[in-house]
Amino acid sequence: MFRRFQRIVALGVKNLFLHKVRSLLTMLGIVFGVGSVIAMLAVGEGASEQASESIARLGSTNVIIESVKPPEGPASQQSAQQNSNSFGLFERDLRRIASTIPAVQAVHPESEKTDEVTSPATQVQAILRATTSGAPEVRNLARVHGRFFTDLEEERGAAVCVLSPALRRKLFPFGNAVGKAVRIEGDFYTVVGIYRPGDAGEGTTDGADREDLLYLPYRSARSRVSDFAYSQTDYDTLVVRAKDTEHVPAVGAAIEALLESTHDLKDYRIIVPLELLAQARETQRLFNIILGSIAGISLLVGGIGIMNIMLATVTERTREIGVRRALGARKRDIVVQFLVETVVISLTGGLLGIAIGVGIPQIISSLTEVPTIVTPVSVVLSLAISLLIGIVFGLYPARRAAELDPIEALRH
Amino acid sequence: MPEPVIRIRDLRKTYRLGDDSVVTALDGVDLDVASGEHVAIMGSSGSGKSTLLNLLGCLDRPTEGTYHLGGDDVAGFNDDELSLVRGKRLGFIFQSYQLIPQLTVLENIQVPLFYQHDESAAAHARCRELAELVGLGDRLDHRPKQLSGGQQQRVAIARALVNDPLLILADEPTGNLDSATEAEVLALIDRLNDEGRTIVMVTHDEHVAARADRIVHMRDGRIRRIETTSVATV
Repeated sequence: MFRRFQRIVALGVKNLFLHKVRSLLTMLGIVFGVGSVIAMLAVGEGASEQASESIARLGSTNVIIESVKPPEGPASQQSAQQNSNSFGLFERDLRRIASTIPAVQAVHPESEKTDEVTSPATQVQAILRATTSGAPEVRNLARVHGRFFTDLEEERGAAVCVLSPALRRKLFPFGNAVGKAVRIEGDFYTVVGIYRPGDAGEGTTDGADREDLLYLPYRSARSRVSDFAYSQTDYDTLVVRAKDTEHVPAVGAAIEALLESTHDLKDYRIIVPLELLAQARETQRLFNIILGSIAGISLLVGGIGIMNIMLATVTERTREIGVRRALGARKRDIVVQFLVETVVISLTGGLLGIAIGVGIPQIISSLTEVPTIVTPVSVVLSLAISLLIGIVFGLYPARRAAELDPIEALRH
Repeated sequence: MPEPVIRIRDLRKTYRLGDDSVVTALDGVDLDVASGEHVAIMGSSGSGKSTLLNLLGCLDRPTEGTYHLGGDDVAGFNDDELSLVRGKRLGFIFQSYQLIPQLTVLENIQVPLFYQHDESAAAHARCRELAELVGLGDRLDHRPKQLSGGQQQRVAIARALVNDPLLILADEPTGNLDSATEAEVLALIDRLNDEGRTIVMVTHDEHVAARADRIVHMRDGRIRRIETTSVATV
């Protein structure tokens, strides 16, 4: 049975090789259809992966509140006079959130400034991130070396800091950094550890690894670094950690209500990474549907092209069909023969398309920063669709061939 | 008397044309062909000889009447059954050879076996033997285009023998050949007949027909006369 099938396929391949140019042109529609689908899916998948990774890095159990400059307007002018120049999130907000919303596990403040950091070797413009000892947990930081600063150090406003690997490489190109000191605005801070932005779910992007980050205790920053000391707001960011993902929407809503009732102006922004993730997935789904429709149309056109050529082939080979029928071929033998030929065309086209579709994203990724991911599903699916096209669009010509009257066919 | 290879009784074939008029191609034919017999069918065009050959070849079904081929009434067979009968019991030799152009000599001879699902080594060996028999043992890998008309017809004859058929049907087998190759091919057919093959041949050439045991003369869809020739040994 297998040998027989092999012979039918061999015959089909042979017939296609007799008309190389024609066969190639015929499968072109499928080649480009499949190729573009896989390539576009790879780009889309790469983009969405990147998006969900950066969202996931924010933490799926977190609700993030950011201080924003209040919108300008008649109402805001009035309030601005009352509150001098300050706006945004303050310690009282932190306390209210921590004490009134039961599903909150921790509230973690953060502020960020850019400043010069000096080591014995060099001076680097770095991002200073004033934070608490809970940062590794809340922000998903991974230990590379040393330790993070402790609760006690934070409370005392100790002169300690933690570097990102990128910053460490710049400040201390040779040898160990832990235990050494760096200088910010005339004060010295002891480096206690190296931490890098960690796994945000699946895999790491090296994009975040390249940031020059310096973490220091909140209190230290407020008391020693002028930018933090004279800031118009207490916190740039409050990261509110819910007890688990289930509570995230409720916590988000509760914070919204709380801040709305206590702030005159909308000088904050609430970000729920979980919701962003859902939005990103929805966008990706829409993108896939649109892509699928375009692909469907191009594959349909490709399939019609194949059918057209197969109908011409059937006419061209009418006599052969007559001979085969006279020599004992049943109708279904003829159907199988032509169907196999069509499937060979569409599958070959599909394979070439996959080669193109896998190759193009790699070229894109190597030439640009755009990440691409060719998913195995898209490859398998393309192959299955190619097969299906061969069968669907091959059936009609094959039937036509089988239904020919052998006597007429022999006379053709 | 043993069962004849062909037993036809009151065979009729009518075609309905578009405008409801009916054309009678065969108008009641009775014919027996015994095993090992060589019968020629003659007649002008429109006499019904082609229709008769198509019915004998199981390529078409009669409107009425019975056709026993090797004891089975094939008149009522369906399309698949007729395909099976063609593949197992019949060998065809056509005027225009009807070889499949993209296949080699050997592959052309193998075609009927493929539909018999006979892929045995013995069957393949037989194909080579038959190619030897018709004198093309050294051209197995040639394509039909590379062969002369006479050679192509010899390939077709080998192909007609590959399933060891009960009956060989030849439709003007020498119609496209020059006289030298015609003699060669006819000699080959005579030889097959001498070896006991039953042959029915349609021809319009009296000299060709004269080599048969009997000549069936047809006109207007009927058998007018059956002539026993001098070569008849039955």
